[in-house]
Amino acid sequence: MASGIRDKVAILGMGCSRFGERWDTDADHLMVEAYDEALADAGIDTDRIEAAWLAVGFDAVNIGPSGIPASMALRLNNIPVTKVENYCASGTEAFRGAVYAVASGACDIALAIGVEKLKDTGYGGLPVRTRGTMFDMVGIVGSAPGSFAQLASAYRARHRISRDDLKRAMAHISVKSHANGAKNPKAHLRKPISEEVVLSAPIIAEPLGIFDCCGVSDGSACAIVTTPEIARQLGKKDLVTVKALSLSVSNGWELQGSGWDGSYVHTTRIAARRAYEEAGVTQPRSQISLMEVHDCFSITELVTMEDLMISEEGRASYDVLDGVFDADGKIPCQIDGGLKCFGHPIGASGLRMIYENYLQLLGRAGPRQVREPPTLALSHNLGGMPNQNVSAIAIVGMLGA
Amino acid sequence: MLPESPIGITAFGAYVPAARLQRKAILAANGWFNPGLKAYANGERSIANWDEDPITMAVEAARDCLSGASRETLAGMLFASTTMPFADRQNSVIVKEALTLNDCTAALDVSGSQRAGTSALLQSHAAALLGGGPVLCVAADKRKALPASESEMLFGDAAAAFVVGSDRMVARLLCAQSSSVDFVDHFRHEGRDTDYGWESRWVRDEGFAKLIPAVIREVLLESGCSGGSIDKFVCPIANRGVAAAIAKQCGLGAESVCSQLSDELGDAGAAHPLLLLAHVLETARPGEKVLVVGFGSGCDVMLYEVRPAIAELSKRRGVSGWLRRRRAETNYIKFLVHAGMLPVDRGMRSEFDQKQALTALYRNRKSVLGLVGIRYKDTGTVQFPPSKIGLDGRRSTPANLEDYPLAEKTARIVTFTADNLTYTLDPPAYYGTIEFEGGGRMSAEFCDAGADDMQVGRTMRMMFRIKSADEQRGFIKYFWKAAPTD
Repeated sequence: MASGIRDKVAILGMGCSRFGERWDTDADHLMVEAYDEALADAGIDTDRIEAAWLAVGFDAVNIGPSGIPASMALRLNNIPVTKVENYCASGTEAFRGAVYAVASGACDIALAIGVEKLKDTGYGGLPVRTRGTMFDMVGIVGSAPGSFAQLASAYRARHRISRDDLKRAMAHISVKSHANGAKNPKAHLRKPISEEVVLSAPIIAEPLGIFDCCGVSDGSACAIVTTPEIARQLGKKDLVTVKALSLSVSNGWELQGSGWDGSYVHTTRIAARRAYEEAGVTQPRSQISLMEVHDCFSITELVTMEDLMISEEGRASYDVLDGVFDADGKIPCQIDGGLKCFGHPIGASGLRMIYENYLQLLGRAGPRQVREPPTLALSHNLGGMPNQNVSAIAIVGMLGA
Repeated sequence: MLPESPIGITAFGAYVPAARLQRKAILAANGWFNPGLKAYANGERSIANWDEDPITMAVEAARDCLSGASRETLAGMLFASTTMPFADRQNSVIVKEALTLNDCTAALDVSGSQRAGTSALLQSHAAALLGGGPVLCVAADKRKALPASESEMLFGDAAAAFVVGSDRMVARLLCAQSSSVDFVDHFRHEGRDTDYGWESRWVRDEGFAKLIPAVIREVLLESGCSGGSIDKFVCPIANRGVAAAIAKQCGLGAESVCSQLSDELGDAGAAHPLLLLAHVLETARPGEKVLVVGFGSGCDVMLYEVRPAIAELSKRRGVSGWLRRRRAETNYIKFLVHAGMLPVDRGMRSEFDQKQALTALYRNRKSVLGLVGIRYKDTGTVQFPPSKIGLDGRRSTPANLEDYPLAEKTARIVTFTADNLTYTLDPPAYYGTIEFEGGGRMSAEFCDAGADDMQVGRTMRMMFRIKSADEQRGFIKYFWKAAPTD
């Protein structure tokens, strides 16, 4: 019986570049920016790092193939560097590789770094790309907003909620994230907005308006992980440890089977169940104190509250409007601005979420620090489309919490 | 000639695209340049959607024609068009794949002039006479015309289909005759998009008025029928009064001259005589004699006698049904863009490389072109596309699997969106998840759809459409999309 990852691996240091339209910066510079911060935080040199995982979502339009770009950019010591790609969940996937390597005892200190340089494509939004030979013949090359907007259509049908009411709850989500992002010096978007602005914005994919969608950004984030023992040896006192890491990947049921009504993300429910079990969480709503979820679109954040079993089914919009997830709410969500405002450099996003949870746990989040010290912080990193996706959840907390 | 001809039409069908461009909109755009267009600015013409071409229209007409009939017995098919998408890739075989006909079905493209449709129909009779089984004959055209031309006003996009055979004939072929004459009323060279035509008065006086009656008289003589015995005269010549003049010349009653459907859809090129014939057969009564003309580099004339079996033919949309599925289009610029006559800035998202892996298309042709899924016999589970391991994790023996064509199944919308960001020539792009009655689901693009159709549970009907085009290499990818049911 597997014993799980809980408290076996500690975060030694983390770093995150400024996210945004980094016109003057290449991917390797973004990596160095995040890496230097993490090295300083960890208090080690490159020669202590024994293995690395690199996450990139769209390698064809930025760094190209293999783990070499990270090895070269960071001048790693010819250590193993594994590049991972798992749609938008790639960042958490890289973290998982590094954490599992340390937990296995294969190495003492490992690096996970995610990077994405998306602002070299010439147009806004995610690059259009192939999804495989067969998919391209029978699938839909739609846009990301188009894929996720479908959640809203099915959610409305299932829970009999009017378009206007759902739009208002979705708007609240974006308004909240903009308010949070304004306090984050590394965030891509730092301007507060009003509900009225959100509701009157042009529609990108029905019913998602432009403020229901996160943009794409350039950026990098990284984590250096080790065992709690080594962390202590290196002088760390307050240890943030990994409580759970779970990943669930669609096997075609949502797309090809029957039973899924399109109103939720099946894999997130599975990943959440596994993560809570691994972390020993039995009452998520009362035990999880902080969340960074994959708010690629406001509707994704809304249904994720139910998929994570934080809100009851059909009740997320009420919780949202009640302010449960606001900065001063019961369970602040996207306290750093989320994908919506911190930004979404695909490969870096999962690590950026963990970075924020790590800062908050250590009380190092500056003006956006939550008042109540969090005990368990959850990050949810979703890749693909509602009907075919990768859902990743990482729960971190203070050692012993 | 063939008083007891054992061959004739056993089924008919048609397809007319839903969009009907208002001719007033053409005049409004082009009247400044060609005020004479006012004379043609009545009614509407059918226009194919951006994702429709003669192949996709032929598939729809064939499906209409084959409603309720077995596709197993078809021995061959002919496809006539003067606007075939491929110069070297048998277009009829793409239609065959979409219809999931047997691989042993003979298939042939027929082209070359505006009478390609009637010539293909004639040859279908010959092929069926050779034995082996009934023959499917489809004709479709989507002709381009220069902006502000008369042709732009007069043309329409449509398709018609027939099954020719001997079993339960709805119209028996009594007699047929052709002439081949290099009378060049218009021409279109290889590689050219549009026609170059000669003076209409010459075409009328030296072409229509002489070449057609000569062959009609021969057919009447050989069949022993008098002109007065003809009940329906199908003469697909849009020029006003020409059909009536020919009827008069040949002793046909004025009331026999059939509608050209000029105000409803326009002139569908090589498909037009077949379309009009299909239209006539919708209301024809047993015993009626129908004379059909096809004109172009000579002419074809066929004489049919309607048989009692016409009353027993299963329900189909036919020309009238498709004409009722109608959406008035007033946006002339949109028509030009969709017809490929006006380049627009399509944005960088349109630059996605659409190169087709031909190997993969061949391997998966049943799924991609035929929309054939798989059914597990023991559980009844349906899945698209097929896979080695079922969704329940089981590996089934071949004996437990059967091909399961989904194209004729009604589907319902599970999820939907209207996407303004992704590239399409007809934004917003409507798409979503659909589930078929009887099982099976897929993500599908929605075609001929509007905002009002976007409802969870809305019933949809699959249509064979262009998925994308590889303009760099000149290839068209076809797949199935879901259209709202009427």
